[in-house]
Amino acid sequence: MIHTLEPILREHPFFHGMEDRHLQLIAGCSMNVRFEAGHVIFHEGDLADHFYLIREGLVSVQFVVPHRGLTTVLTVGSGEVLGWSWLFPPYRWHFDARTQQPTHALAFDGKCLRAKCDEDHDLGYDIYKRFMQIVTERLESTRLQLLDIYGNHA
Amino acid sequence: MATMLEQIEVVTAGLVPDPMLPMPYRIQRVKQETGDTFTLEILAEDSGKGFSFAPGQFNMLYVFGVGEVPISISSDPDDAPLLKHTTRVVGTVTKAMRQLKRGDTMGIRGPFGSHWPVQEATGRDVVIVAGGIGLAPLRPALYRLMAEREKYRKIVLLYGTRTPEDILYRPELEQWRGKFDLEIQVTVDRAASSWRGNVGVVTTMIPRAPFDPTDTVAMVCGPEVMMRFTVMELLKRGVAPERTYLSAERNMKCGIGFCGHCQSGPMFVCKDGPVFAYSRIAPVLGRSEV
Amino acid sequence: MRTLQAMTAEPLHVWDTVVIEREHLEQLLQALATRDYEVLGPTLREGAIIYDRLTSTEDLPAGWTDEQAGGKYRLKRRKDNALFGYVVGPHSWKKFLYPPLQRLWQAARNGKGLRILPEEEKAKPKYAFIGVRACELHAIAIQDKVFLDGQFVDPGYKARRESLFLVAVNCGQAGGNCFCASMNTGPKATSGFDLALTETLQNGRHYFLVEVGTVCGGEVLSAIPHEPANDTDKQHAQRLLDHTTRHMGRRLDTRGIKELLYRNYEHPQWDSVTERCLSCANCTMVCPTCFCTTVEDVTDLTGQHAERWRRWDSCFTVDFSYIHGGSVRATPRSRYRQWMTHKLATWIDQFGVSGCVGCGRCITWCPVGIDITVQAGAIRESDSVKAPADRSKDSA
Repeated sequence: MIHTLEPILREHPFFHGMEDRHLQLIAGCSMNVRFEAGHVIFHEGDLADHFYLIREGLVSVQFVVPHRGLTTVLTVGSGEVLGWSWLFPPYRWHFDARTQQPTHALAFDGKCLRAKCDEDHDLGYDIYKRFMQIVTERLESTRLQLLDIYGNHA
Repeated sequence: MATMLEQIEVVTAGLVPDPMLPMPYRIQRVKQETGDTFTLEILAEDSGKGFSFAPGQFNMLYVFGVGEVPISISSDPDDAPLLKHTTRVVGTVTKAMRQLKRGDTMGIRGPFGSHWPVQEATGRDVVIVAGGIGLAPLRPALYRLMAEREKYRKIVLLYGTRTPEDILYRPELEQWRGKFDLEIQVTVDRAASSWRGNVGVVTTMIPRAPFDPTDTVAMVCGPEVMMRFTVMELLKRGVAPERTYLSAERNMKCGIGFCGHCQSGPMFVCKDGPVFAYSRIAPVLGRSEV
Repeated sequence: MRTLQAMTAEPLHVWDTVVIEREHLEQLLQALATRDYEVLGPTLREGAIIYDRLTSTEDLPAGWTDEQAGGKYRLKRRKDNALFGYVVGPHSWKKFLYPPLQRLWQAARNGKGLRILPEEEKAKPKYAFIGVRACELHAIAIQDKVFLDGQFVDPGYKARRESLFLVAVNCGQAGGNCFCASMNTGPKATSGFDLALTETLQNGRHYFLVEVGTVCGGEVLSAIPHEPANDTDKQHAQRLLDHTTRHMGRRLDTRGIKELLYRNYEHPQWDSVTERCLSCANCTMVCPTCFCTTVEDVTDLTGQHAERWRRWDSCFTVDFSYIHGGSVRATPRSRYRQWMTHKLATWIDQFGVSGCVGCGRCITWCPVGIDITVQAGAIRESDSVKAPADRSKDSA
């Protein structure tokens, strides 16, 4: 693994304030990736053994809805996190992810990271705390989307 | 060319001896915007009388024999006396309004209400967050800001709506985006895969929007729920409650503080608002049935 | 036998106090009629004392009084023939100053155009109100703040108000639902009148102490036979007022009432009053300060002629706060809360004074007898901001 990724990790908003010791451990599970526009990063049902920190670009989280076709429920952009299905079994993706633009990201090996979290609970606590934050923000946004606030309710 | 109102006081309405008397306005154009949203372009029959308004103010629009509704003015103040009103078909009057054609006449009373704090924004960053048709009452503020661009630092427009088909004033947004000194981010609640832009509620764009919260004036307009969540995110980022402004909406029968219908706590939305600093309206915002 | 002053006596000045005999009161009414005033005052109709045209003092409810309680109003015969021996009925003076139904303008279609036709200036109405109580003087002053002191002025209200001649009456008795003393709006009329009368029946005499409030009042009064009031007359009048003050039917503790209601939006009292309130809107109709209206746009069958009418409205109606698809105040609970909180609290932030003048009409004319003083008292009693000792029940 390329350890020069550590400075990049440190800069990413998701890891803001993380201990160097933990960053080193995580760097060991990470790698730089680039996708062209229109690339399917993962399909619904695929094994979810990675998660991504987007450095630059835009990814659509999509779902195939019968009679409606492919629907985008969320876009994930620079500085944001894509994917949490690697955290819990059965480690399968629930959505499609497709890049809208050329995208530059950090990919993290989920299995590798899970093992390290099991070994080092301090690391585990920090990682799960950060993911918890993301999940609550996404939940709140989803609730707003659910309310259909722009709908004409007259 | 009408001059911009800088003061809080309304100029034109005071000239009318009886503020309950409408002035006849001729429809110049009816434009279908999106779905059920349309814009009326109108001009006073007697354009000898100067009409000027401040961004954020509204008129009471009367459809002959049907009724009257309050609608924000959404045109460029510099274009006055030509006025534009963008609205949705939500009831009897707006439904009748949609049937009007070029050359028809309607009655106008106004302008009424408080305005966006464009002057207060001088020398500061400006962040404008619009949701759905909320972009309409904010458009005059954008025109004003762009007309004197050098007076302001960063200007950011965050616009969210339901689907790409509901994006209001799209050509204008694209034109503004082309000017490099205005940051525009658009998002939709959901989209088909052909949409290449952001998907997600407008509040998600606030954490990373490029403005300095310690020296920013924020102007927010959209459905009430959207405004409440937007304010939460802005405050979280450190924008001052006294510098965060919203536009409220209530039932109005007169527009001049007499009929009592628009009251929200101690505020009359027609004359103390519709534009309010968050610090002032916070006690009643989001409170059930107040 | 007191000597009466000749009609060519010196003019009367503001704050002069004189005495006129009961039989000369008629001359006051006639003097006003001669000056083209439409004379309005209390008269008996259908079991209540209401306000309407007075052609002479014969129209006044001489010898009648009213018994008022929660949801109750009865007329009773007095032992004397006092002309003003009652308090207030279902009408208030807003009936004339801000009429319940008014056409604002007409509109005519011509082709694609439209023309607005303002109401013609008919002969300006000139009203003389006879028998305005102290609480009502305050109510009129409050409505002045609404319609004259803001950014916009109601031209009709302004015209009627400016030409008004106001004869106040100091109350010789307090009504069963009266609490003007609590609201600092009475029982003494202190300002806002042209003339103020205190009716006295004593030792076979029936006379009025009259205080001059304006130059105009002095002018009108100077032509009526009168004599200067002496100290005995004035002291007697004061005693009557003191007696009235001590016998108020109700009390309302106004200390910190604005903050009290602002912090009790979720008080359980709102739920209990809702069990009784019918949202009938009587209280808003009889309240002398309630000013809410609505407009109705109507058209004729040809579609060529339209009119806009304004009529009294009430925040108790379901549609009052309607806005796309629903009402903000959909429940009766929220509407009762709105009315009472507006009247006693938010009104103060809006207009600098309380909206309540303590006339008690809302209590009398509520079909189920809801009493605003009791409601306010109940909230104060179990205010959400309790003393620390009371919180001990909640801790483990």
